[in-house]
Amino acid sequence: MSNELVRCSALTRNFGPILALDHIDLVLEPGKIIGLLGPNGSGKTTLIKIFNGLLQPTSGSVLIDGKQPGPATKKLISYLPDRGYFPEWMKVGDMIDLFGDFYNDFDRVKAEDMCRALQLDLALPIKTLSKGTKEKMQLMLVMSRNAQLYLLDEPIAGVDPAARDFIMQTILTNYNETGSVLISTHLISDVEQVLDEAVFLQQGRVVLQESVDSIRERTGKSVDDLFREMFRAGNWEGGNNNAR
Amino acid sequence: MDFVFQGSRPIWQQLTEQLRQRIVTGVYPPGSRFPAVRELAQEAGVNPNTMQRAMAQLEADGLLITNRTQGRTVTDQPFALDEMRRQLAETHIENYFQEMKALGFDRDAAVKLLGEKGTNNE
Repeated sequence: MSNELVRCSALTRNFGPILALDHIDLVLEPGKIIGLLGPNGSGKTTLIKIFNGLLQPTSGSVLIDGKQPGPATKKLISYLPDRGYFPEWMKVGDMIDLFGDFYNDFDRVKAEDMCRALQLDLALPIKTLSKGTKEKMQLMLVMSRNAQLYLLDEPIAGVDPAARDFIMQTILTNYNETGSVLISTHLISDVEQVLDEAVFLQQGRVVLQESVDSIRERTGKSVDDLFREMFRAGNWEGGNNNAR
Repeated sequence: MDFVFQGSRPIWQQLTEQLRQRIVTGVYPPGSRFPAVRELAQEAGVNPNTMQRAMAQLEADGLLITNRTQGRTVTDQPFALDEMRRQLAETHIENYFQEMKALGFDRDAAVKLLGEKGTNNE
């Protein structure tokens, strides 16, 4: 495999008059855990949906392992959407069967091990699970695949801080070492120490792509602090318009 | 002893310091097998590449030895451990002088006070 798992060139996407992604040039390498970080509405989910072919770019291109998003790249990508999509009447065990039927690279043993570790009962119907437990189940399913690229859209947004640590551990333990993990989140301090690299999105543009330790070395700040600083400035200007 | 990370400094440096401390205090005894990168990365909750970088530094320090077949072991050379212990001690002493300077004690006064304190306690 080349050293480019994902390449975006001038990738642009509009929704009517709104420019969600604005000429993004970005290369993601294999074997890394990458944070896709940005305030609400900065384009994180749009970018992830284009990577896995759920949305088409308005202009520009994206290549996944040299291929355009399509049936061939779906085999390479394991995707955790930012919302649940499971039939409520199914049981946790049914979902494992379903994923096993759907994906050749699904590892059932791994799935069952993870269920034990996350204390997910295979016999429970999905409708009985809490929001956080549903998220854990979804993550379990996604991480049980041996994919090249894991796209995790807000994997920790709905769970308590202790479960967050556990989920980050689960990601660390189960990702495929030759693959990469892209985690979108705004809960930076919870993910910072597992990341190789941070990509900052602001209003549809990549404003920073740098390794976490290099950010700390260069700025003397954590990624979380840097993020707050960069994105606070904008808010303050906005606030000033309404000031006395 | 758990790994603890501060916000502002590179994580690999903090890992290196805490692993050095563990090695010189015998948490990983001389000559023993050192945990694998992934194992230790999980324990610390950090990225394996970051842990790799910290371990590479410990090898450069001479604290870890890489064997082709058995992975890494802690050095069994007492002088390597003594040397690192001494370096860590010097860092503590330097920090002491810095703190004392901030309180308005010059180096001689700081040494004098330390001497008095040392004899008082014994």
